[in-house]
Amino acid sequence: MRDLANRALNIAQQLGASYVDVRVMERTTEGIDVKNGRVEGISSGTSSGFNVRVIVDGAWGFASSANMDDAEAEQVAKQAIQIARASALVAGEPVILSPLAPQHGFYRTPMQKDPFTIPLNQKVQLLLDADAAMRSVQGVALTNSNMEYSREHKLFVSSEGSEVEQELFDVGAAIDASAVDPTSSEIQTRSYPNSFGRQAGTSGYEFIEAMDLADHGARVGEEAVKLLAAPQCPSGVTTIILDGPQTALQVHESCGHPIELDRVLGMEAGFVGKSFLTTDKLNGHYRYGSDMVNLTADATIPGGLGTFGWDDEGVPAQRTPIVTNGIFNGYLMSRDTAPILGLTSNGCVRADSWNRLPMIRMTNVSLEPGTWTLDDLIADTDDGIYMSTNKSWSIDDRRLNFQFGVELAYEIKHGKLGRMLKNATYTGITPQFWGSCDAIGNRDEWVVWGTPNCGKGEPMQTMRTGHGAAPARFRNVQIGVGSW
Amino acid sequence: MYSDEKSVHALLQKVLSYSQAEQTEVVYFGTESALTRFANNFIHQNVAESNHELRVRAVVGKRMGVATTNRLDDQSLQRVAEQALEIARLSPENPEFHSLPEPQPIVPAPGFSERTAFYSAEARARSVGIIVQLAKERGLESAGAFSTETSQVGVANSLGIFAYEPRTESECHAVVMADAQGSGYTQRLTTDATSIDFEAMAREAVEKAQRSRNPIDLPIGEYPVVLDTYATADMLQNLIFMGLSATAVQEERSFMNGQFGKQLVSPLVTIYDDGHDPVGLPQAFDYEGVPKQRVVMFDRGVASAVVYDSFTAFREGKPDTGHALPAPNPWGPLPLHTMMVAGDASLEELIRGVDRGIYVTRFHYTNTVHPVKTLFTGMTRDGTFLIEHGELTSPVKNFRFTQSLLDTLRDVQAIGSEPIQCRDYLPVVAPALRIGSFHFTGVTGA
Repeated sequence: MRDLANRALNIAQQLGASYVDVRVMERTTEGIDVKNGRVEGISSGTSSGFNVRVIVDGAWGFASSANMDDAEAEQVAKQAIQIARASALVAGEPVILSPLAPQHGFYRTPMQKDPFTIPLNQKVQLLLDADAAMRSVQGVALTNSNMEYSREHKLFVSSEGSEVEQELFDVGAAIDASAVDPTSSEIQTRSYPNSFGRQAGTSGYEFIEAMDLADHGARVGEEAVKLLAAPQCPSGVTTIILDGPQTALQVHESCGHPIELDRVLGMEAGFVGKSFLTTDKLNGHYRYGSDMVNLTADATIPGGLGTFGWDDEGVPAQRTPIVTNGIFNGYLMSRDTAPILGLTSNGCVRADSWNRLPMIRMTNVSLEPGTWTLDDLIADTDDGIYMSTNKSWSIDDRRLNFQFGVELAYEIKHGKLGRMLKNATYTGITPQFWGSCDAIGNRDEWVVWGTPNCGKGEPMQTMRTGHGAAPARFRNVQIGVGSW
Repeated sequence: MYSDEKSVHALLQKVLSYSQAEQTEVVYFGTESALTRFANNFIHQNVAESNHELRVRAVVGKRMGVATTNRLDDQSLQRVAEQALEIARLSPENPEFHSLPEPQPIVPAPGFSERTAFYSAEARARSVGIIVQLAKERGLESAGAFSTETSQVGVANSLGIFAYEPRTESECHAVVMADAQGSGYTQRLTTDATSIDFEAMAREAVEKAQRSRNPIDLPIGEYPVVLDTYATADMLQNLIFMGLSATAVQEERSFMNGQFGKQLVSPLVTIYDDGHDPVGLPQAFDYEGVPKQRVVMFDRGVASAVVYDSFTAFREGKPDTGHALPAPNPWGPLPLHTMMVAGDASLEELIRGVDRGIYVTRFHYTNTVHPVKTLFTGMTRDGTFLIEHGELTSPVKNFRFTQSLLDTLRDVQAIGSEPIQCRDYLPVVAPALRIGSFHFTGVTGA
């Protein structure tokens, strides 16, 4: 790895690059999918390769290859230089990087049980047991259980003298059950611990064991069946309490993405859009949410899916305040965007593979805990809706107008949960919504939820991000939209 | 290294010879791709990639295992074959698995263009420069990307299948912004990069951006709409995921369940999948090496068929239509060449048929709200206009909608005559549509 990286780096420098970095990487992923009581697929894959990123005449170039030999190192370095020179044909302001002292060291994800050393049949059985528990419920029509675990070994070297090596592990799992009523075109699904993929973290196999998937199987199945017959969530304006996973996704979509400085500066405008959090709002006065809303970006949280030692520009992992007492005060930044604001990178750049350009990605963007237990939150709510686990999401190209649907909801009447409701949705405008937040769950309710499938960039990259969140309450929210 | 039929054939046969499984399938996917990205009227990201993947599916009785690698030395090839077999032996039986598919004759598809394969970084920069230049001249801001890709795809199995084809594709899209709320859009997706008219793309996005400045507020509610090609394509991509796979039907989670043979949408609507149609991105075979069949999914509004791979076809006793994705995957078979039959109306004629309604260039961030009811939500973007007395009169602020997709297709009044191919997630060839009523449920603020 090291020889290849240094060879590519030296060649790019000799060819005139003012800055070079090289990442050499190997990622191995294993996945197990169980569906309707049978193993749908077990797969194992390894992808390895390297990339060369250069600045020539103030413009970026990037090239990558799966062939890891000396001749290819030379070829890819030359190609990166050619591409940078092509970039200069339609040039902007010359790229300036924020300063970084040379970095050296090794980081490995702390863990107890390497998931690759656990016997495969033991892992399969864990999912089959959970699947059986869901299928023990009469009326359950479809069940899914999955787990995925990866090991990523990467070396980063730069022309500024950095050389850092990391071995990162991430693991995740989830189950879901669906009940179907073809006569009413109705399908209802319940998931645990989270929907759309899995709950995930940087950890060992103990992370999956702690989920107790089988113990939750019957409940998940029963809730899916009950939802079929549940009344439709009404329309109106009311108080809502979001559970932890839904609060985490709310943070991801309406805080995490709009604070990406590349998006703010228009670099994603041709794809997913810009951000309402324009740079003029970084003035210490812009109110993003209510006084109790505190948001941070922290790549050092133990077990968080966005936790690492250094980002993919070699910047050390760190914690950054994003919103303090409701006031917006920080972005996620890279070395080439931070100087535009007169700032330095806060280590938020990652690529999902060796063949992808590192770009600004969420680390662990979290809503800091408040003081409430969930029980007290419900007891303190006279009239409202409790909403659990995401079912659909959509947000506009400046991250203002959002609409989310959830798997399950309950009426709250006079401080108690009432009827179960199906097909609940809510919609709002980001700063007004966070401005209406009047209660947040405490540290005991707070979990770092993993989002293993955050899409961004072209070519599309799928990144692993984390979001600490507890249940939270919001006032005067529009619920129940659309014709059903 | 593996860039022609002979070398790919030798590679796949070598891996088959390494496998001790009862049945083995090997899929090779080699790619040379590049993408030039621009924003704020300059190139800010410019990348190239050379990669390959070898995927081995080993079968022992009714047990299966899949392993992949992108290392192609002999030791890695032997290891990946062994690993797939190890996984298969450790896997529980899948009682519904029958066999890997048998060989069938494959009709070549015109999915390769040398002109795309040799498109250089300089040529890409000059091409996007055409869009950037026109935006600059008009005082506007452009952002987008232009990509070219050449791939070599080979599939072989121990029952005698060997399929190989080179493929190319090129895609360019751009958003041109006039101010915080005025913008226009353009996209082209084709096998041959040199067939893209970048000047026409620049004019399309720039003129719409200029025209969409200073949008007005309109109340939410039901409006007749004209959906331009980009919006129609987005809608059809959602429809595919909601239930045009045999897997969704067999699991009774598709809107097609119980509807086959029934008039489900407007008689004006015919939607099919055809891997050989040169208007799309042609592919002769799927990722099991099975030849692609033309499948009509809606025939003049009648729900007629979904697509199959070998597993779902055997399970239901239906023909395999050649729509397998690489195994394993959570979706089952999917149509990758969906096309909606064009009508005879120009875009102007579609608009002329609306007394008061909304013209929508494209949707943004659409997502399924309820798959069986085909309910989806999203927003309008990059050129939304009020139609009054058959003409576009004012740009309007973007709406959020929450709408049944089948209701929309039931309410098709006229279809445009100039379909184009677009892709957000899946490539779709779609025309513009005039729809009787569309439910806007919010104003985005963007």
